Amino acid sequence: MWRSVRGAISRAWWAVLGLVGLPHERWLGYSRLTRRTVKAVVWIGIGLLLVWGLGVWANSAILAAAVLLLLIVVPYQNWTVRGRRVGKWVLPGAVLLIGVTYPFYGTHMPELPIFGPFPQMSTMVAMMIFSVMALGLNFVVGYAGLLDLGYVAFYAVGAYTAGWFASNQFANRNVDFGAVGLLKGTTGIHFSIWLVLIIAGALTAISGILIGLPTLRLRGDYLAIVTLGFGEIVHQVAQNGDSLAGFNITNGTGGITPIDGPGFGNWARAHLHLPANYLTATNLDNVFFWTAVILVLITVFVSARLRDSRLGRAWVAIREDEIAAAAMGVPLMRTKTWAYATGAFFGGVAGAYYASYKGGAFPDDFFFQISVFILAMVILGGMGNIWGVIFGACFLTYLNQEGLSNVGAWLNGHFGPGGDVVQIWHKTLDVPLYEFGIYGVILVVTMLFRPEGLIPSSRRAAEFHEGVHEEYLYDVEHGAPIYEEAT
Amino acid sequence: MATTVHPEALAKPARPLGAYVMPVLAAILVGLLVFWLIVNFVKGPAYFTNIAFIGLTNGAVYALVALGYTLVYGILELINFAHGDVFMLGALFSASMLSVFGVTAKSSNGALAVGIVGSLLVAMAACGFLNVAIERIAYRPLRGAPRLAPLITAIGMSFILQDVAIAWKGPGYISVPEVLPTGDVFSVGGVTYTWEKLIVFVITVPVLLALMWLVQKTRQGKAMRATAQDRDAAAMMGIDVNRTISFTFLIAGALAGAGGLLYALYFGQVHYDTGFTLGLIAFTAAVLGGIGNLPGAVLGALVIGFIQAFNEGLTWHSPGSDWTQSIVFSILILILVFRPEGLLGERTPEGN
Repeated sequence: MWRSVRGAISRAWWAVLGLVGLPHERWLGYSRLTRRTVKAVVWIGIGLLLVWGLGVWANSAILAAAVLLLLIVVPYQNWTVRGRRVGKWVLPGAVLLIGVTYPFYGTHMPELPIFGPFPQMSTMVAMMIFSVMALGLNFVVGYAGLLDLGYVAFYAVGAYTAGWFASNQFANRNVDFGAVGLLKGTTGIHFSIWLVLIIAGALTAISGILIGLPTLRLRGDYLAIVTLGFGEIVHQVAQNGDSLAGFNITNGTGGITPIDGPGFGNWARAHLHLPANYLTATNLDNVFFWTAVILVLITVFVSARLRDSRLGRAWVAIREDEIAAAAMGVPLMRTKTWAYATGAFFGGVAGAYYASYKGGAFPDDFFFQISVFILAMVILGGMGNIWGVIFGACFLTYLNQEGLSNVGAWLNGHFGPGGDVVQIWHKTLDVPLYEFGIYGVILVVTMLFRPEGLIPSSRRAAEFHEGVHEEYLYDVEHGAPIYEEAT
Repeated sequence: MATTVHPEALAKPARPLGAYVMPVLAAILVGLLVFWLIVNFVKGPAYFTNIAFIGLTNGAVYALVALGYTLVYGILELINFAHGDVFMLGALFSASMLSVFGVTAKSSNGALAVGIVGSLLVAMAACGFLNVAIERIAYRPLRGAPRLAPLITAIGMSFILQDVAIAWKGPGYISVPEVLPTGDVFSVGGVTYTWEKLIVFVITVPVLLALMWLVQKTRQGKAMRATAQDRDAAAMMGIDVNRTISFTFLIAGALAGAGGLLYALYFGQVHYDTGFTLGLIAFTAAVLGGIGNLPGAVLGALVIGFIQAFNEGLTWHSPGSDWTQSIVFSILILILVFRPEGLLGERTPEGN
């Protein structure tokens, strides 16, 4: 049904274009470069017209359009310098440059139609942190093809590790190990946040292995529900952990707060001009943002290298056909557990960094909904594609933090009570209230119409469109673990 | 079937840990549980019995929802995440229908019966068709896709239904009009049995009997069983597979609707994420009993109902309601890891 709808729309589109003298065949006759240029010019023109027409014009829009046009139109893909293909670095480099310099131009950008102003710096920090988490989940869902509905558990473990190692939580122990910004007489365990990030990653990876060992032999959908169960258990432990057998581990619903900020100390500030303590830095959000960008870069590097490694190819093999992979000598449990541990590691690092940024770890941050939120990033962007996942993470985090309330304000201003266009509904519509329903729509629509995501990995797309022998993907017999046949 | 042997697996001895240690551990666990129950019983027999009645009633409501999971899983091998939310909408439907039928606490017994049965039928029909629509929109186009695809749309549908509830009734707790008589049905030596518990049984038992009859005795039920066993072979025998699957979703939705009415009457409050929480408990029940197995789902639901009631109600060394979800999920994980076929399920080549 959906496919025929899509076909009909496409036919109607080309029929209309055919009337003005551009039938499909003639369009395909142009070179790819020409087609891309025409498309880019048309879309950017539409965008500029919208900005202008909705009365939110700023001159920087021209600049933004020019940069976009340059990136899309110039055929830099094949540039070489002394035989090295530097062309492929142009786009990532440009995106990185645009991202890193955002704090300097973000406030000068025009207001977007409907979406309002460009995101604030705090949103940008959250975007980067969720990119790390989504890339972590991508190891499990995108590469190894295991559906994990409890990823929030790793986020929680990371955040609480930061709480344990860099706050006043255990006030009867006094440890200071490279922490910054401590007042005299501060109690509790205080490690440097850089160290805490690594500890958090390691602890989460270990917990990922512990969760994975008994459960990873289950079939895909059972695995999903078991991970969901673990996520909920972790949430409940976080909530009730203020008197676990007499110990206060998580401080219950109050959460652990405050958690120390990162920093490099006074020596580094004097000699290297690095911020001594992020929390007292004048451009607090900016330094947190740049550090988060570095975290994303590390995650991207690990993702790309692992994807092309022996282990990564084993993940893809398991995803595509578990039986065939096992027959080719891929050790299933070990490979899957590695995917789990790697994904968990980055979830933990991101969780600890986010806890340090927010200054606390609160059990209300670790609902099941957050797991689905991160899953929606991976699926919307494109399972298995690093660019796609980062895009999905940035877009959904933006919606979560600012976008939905901006869109809601715009909708209410035009169509709500006393709206200036036409009054359609009579009570102010609380758009952020429907946030998770919107993610639900994103999940359903993506799966129905473009299951490979907005920026697909070509291999994943092929799997979805050609189909795989799914009945045999997860085990031989119903409910039987693959290893059962070891007799 | 020894298709997936690789060298590492070959080197391992057959079932190294599970064969001996796990049964012993399970026996110790069950023994401790029984000991805990006995001590609690001795400390207050009447109180214990009251708690047991609560468990029985909870279990009956869970059974109706768990059957929906098990029916759909049996036929499509899909965990219908949205099922719990269909149930929640059923509770909201019935709350509205009770007002539409105009029953109040002061209504006569006849008017009350008509109102409740009317609401029941409307809620069952509404949820049944809602479930069919969900299958048509979100699951059927993905029949040939990788298995995770319909699971992901199911999660999406679950969130969408929750937001439908928010848009309809608001994000707070929605209270259901109290229409049942408030007194006890009987009260013997401190053991009391109230009307709202009775009504759960009065409705659940006939519904379950009707379901059994439908699945075991009718042509449509035979088609359902055949499709569950082997979809391709069923199609070759002239069974309209798509229609049978739609019918299964209809039945599952109707059961969720009935469960919704009972929940609304019994607990008196509905929240938009009621369906999510209760749905997971019911799914655990279905897995505990052996997913795809109808009597298993009822048994599992009763067990979970008792466990929940005892955990939340008993006073001697019980973890309390803070930990109910963790306990239920631990059961789910243990069952899936150590006995994925559940209490009643058998491991057959066709699946069950």
